Amino acid sequence: MMHVGLIHYLAVSGALFALGLACIVLRRNALLVFMGLEMNLNAANLALVAFSRYGGHADGQVLATFIIAIAAAEVAIGLAIIVALFRQRSTVVTDLLRSLRG
Amino acid sequence: MLTNGHLVWLILFAPLLAAGAIMLGTRRLPRVSAALSIGAVVLGFALSLKLFVAVLQGQAVVAPSVVWLDLAGWQLVWAATVDRLSALMLLVVTGVGATIHVYSLGYMRGDAGFARFFGCLSLFMFSMLGIVLAANFIQMFIFWELVGVSSYLLIGFWFERPSAAEAGKKAFIVNRIGDFGFLLGILLVGSVAGTFNFAELAARWPTLGLSAGTLALAAGLIFCGAVGKSAQFPLHVWLPDAMEGPTPVSALIHAATMVAAGVYMLCRVAWLLAASPEIMQLIAWTGGVTALMAASIAITQRDIKRILAYSTLSQLGYMVMAVGLGATTEAMFHLTTHAFFKALLFLGAGSVIIALHHEQDIFKMGGLAKKMPVTFATFLIGTLALGGIWPLAGFYSKDAILLAEMDVNRPLLVLSLITAGLTGFYMARALIVAFLGKARDAKAAGHAHESPLVVTLPLVLLAVMAVIAGWHEEIPHFLKPDFHEHDHGAGVLLGFLAIPLAGFALAWLLYGRGAIDDVKLRRALGPLYTLLENKFYVDEFYLFLVNSVQGGLAAVCEGFDFVFVRGLSIGSAAGLTRLAGWCVRQLQGGYLRFYLLFTILGIAAVLIWVGR
Repeated sequence: MMHVGLIHYLAVSGALFALGLACIVLRRNALLVFMGLEMNLNAANLALVAFSRYGGHADGQVLATFIIAIAAAEVAIGLAIIVALFRQRSTVVTDLLRSLRG
Repeated sequence: MLTNGHLVWLILFAPLLAAGAIMLGTRRLPRVSAALSIGAVVLGFALSLKLFVAVLQGQAVVAPSVVWLDLAGWQLVWAATVDRLSALMLLVVTGVGATIHVYSLGYMRGDAGFARFFGCLSLFMFSMLGIVLAANFIQMFIFWELVGVSSYLLIGFWFERPSAAEAGKKAFIVNRIGDFGFLLGILLVGSVAGTFNFAELAARWPTLGLSAGTLALAAGLIFCGAVGKSAQFPLHVWLPDAMEGPTPVSALIHAATMVAAGVYMLCRVAWLLAASPEIMQLIAWTGGVTALMAASIAITQRDIKRILAYSTLSQLGYMVMAVGLGATTEAMFHLTTHAFFKALLFLGAGSVIIALHHEQDIFKMGGLAKKMPVTFATFLIGTLALGGIWPLAGFYSKDAILLAEMDVNRPLLVLSLITAGLTGFYMARALIVAFLGKARDAKAAGHAHESPLVVTLPLVLLAVMAVIAGWHEEIPHFLKPDFHEHDHGAGVLLGFLAIPLAGFALAWLLYGRGAIDDVKLRRALGPLYTLLENKFYVDEFYLFLVNSVQGGLAAVCEGFDFVFVRGLSIGSAAGLTRLAGWCVRQLQGGYLRFYLLFTILGIAAVLIWVGR
């Protein structure tokens, strides 16, 4: 019988983070890039909570709570930026937003 | 209580106040502006008369002075010189100035810039009076430059005409060349003597024990200023072009007063020039050559104002020559009489020009004597005075110079006598062609009529002065109480009189029966006529100098700049930077994903490096 240990949690967390990163780099829709970002944050949360559980102290959970609060604020701002961008440019496809090209 | 000393400053600053009031307040009120300007100059004339009488009676006039700059061991005092020389000059400047201001009322009537014109005239009067009253070189130089500025403003008064704008620039630049030498001379004199004040310098200069080279350099550089301002060869080219300005300006500035400022300055510092005999020779010959050259050019000119301009050059040459021979009293005498009759001639020409609706070619005039009797009579008086016919003013002053020359420099005397003959010829030519015979251009000259009183009254006043100014040699006796003319007997004087008369007679023979054009003169002179008509090609030579020599030098510098400065040093640095920029720029694709990818790769690299 296999025990679910810290290493499993970290593996899931790492997989989630990699998926999120892939989403950020590969997707062209700003909304999906944003979702990838959220996934990264949650991957970090998972890792923190797992460390907290197996480490035997509460620091990781405190940090995770903070991250959830910050993520909420970030969602509010990020979505607002995307809406504003859409109003301005009628698109949220990042490849079309190339004004900073050198 | 206002003393005579205070009045000196009132004479100087009244025109400045008028100019300021016109420029700042009454630009849109032509009548008020004219009244202010004329009021200032008439007030100046009345006060100058009062000063003149005071100086004549031997009263010492001391104007209150102000310490302007106070440096360690060295002071610059703002003061006025009131002596016989400046009292006479004040009277000439304000007197001739007043008549010309009044004349301008008629000449400039209806001009869009009427108020501006009077403002500029007042600014000029202020500058000119400042030169006359200056007590030191610095003060004189400031007003010297102000005169240049007001002259520029007035030559280019009709600035919408390109030729007038060009002429203004030319006058200013050519004057600046002379002024640069003048400034260097002032600095040299100041640095070796330790003062700029004329009275102190005059006392100190002979006691300094300077080498002949330094004395010559100082005198020569100071003379440069006069060469520019008094339009002597080789800087004479600006004066004929300055005729683009309105005729009252030509009369006041480019005949009677401003161009005389150079001669006045030379008389003021005669002790400095006399210290260097070589430079005195140079001055005398410069004057003599200018006189002859300008007179010979004048015989071929067709524009009435240009004829008078060359005649002015020629007469200024006489004055400078007299200074060079040490005859400063004679030079000032001629300056004074010349101011009267040359202003008269210019105003007469102006009267003709208005009557003919700005036609200036004498060969298109003709027959004006009957239509414009006052102008003709006064122009005739001016011509005779300029020609040096007894008993008009020019006879006395010119002969004073010739007699002084007879004692010291015979070759120059010959030059001057030829000039005198040419003067008689070209003035008679202008008079005969413009006023006698039949009207040749019916459109212009046919409908001419006499000018109004505001124009003819100044003519009559100046004509009176042109007749009487030389009598009894009052002016030289005023300047130098023990003045006595070099006496060579009546035979010599008759000889001097015969030469301009011969010129008159020759002109009568050529043009007396109504010359349509200059064919006879052209045939008589042959290629010389072409040379004179083109003013000895001096302008062309300067143009060549600027285009070829200066232009060539500029091309060489440009080549050096192109190859070494822009090419090798700046070019290589800029190219390297540009190349590096291009390489780095390739990373900035503008795709958000690549930025993120690079960020992640960067973080990964840092982590790997840290965890190593």
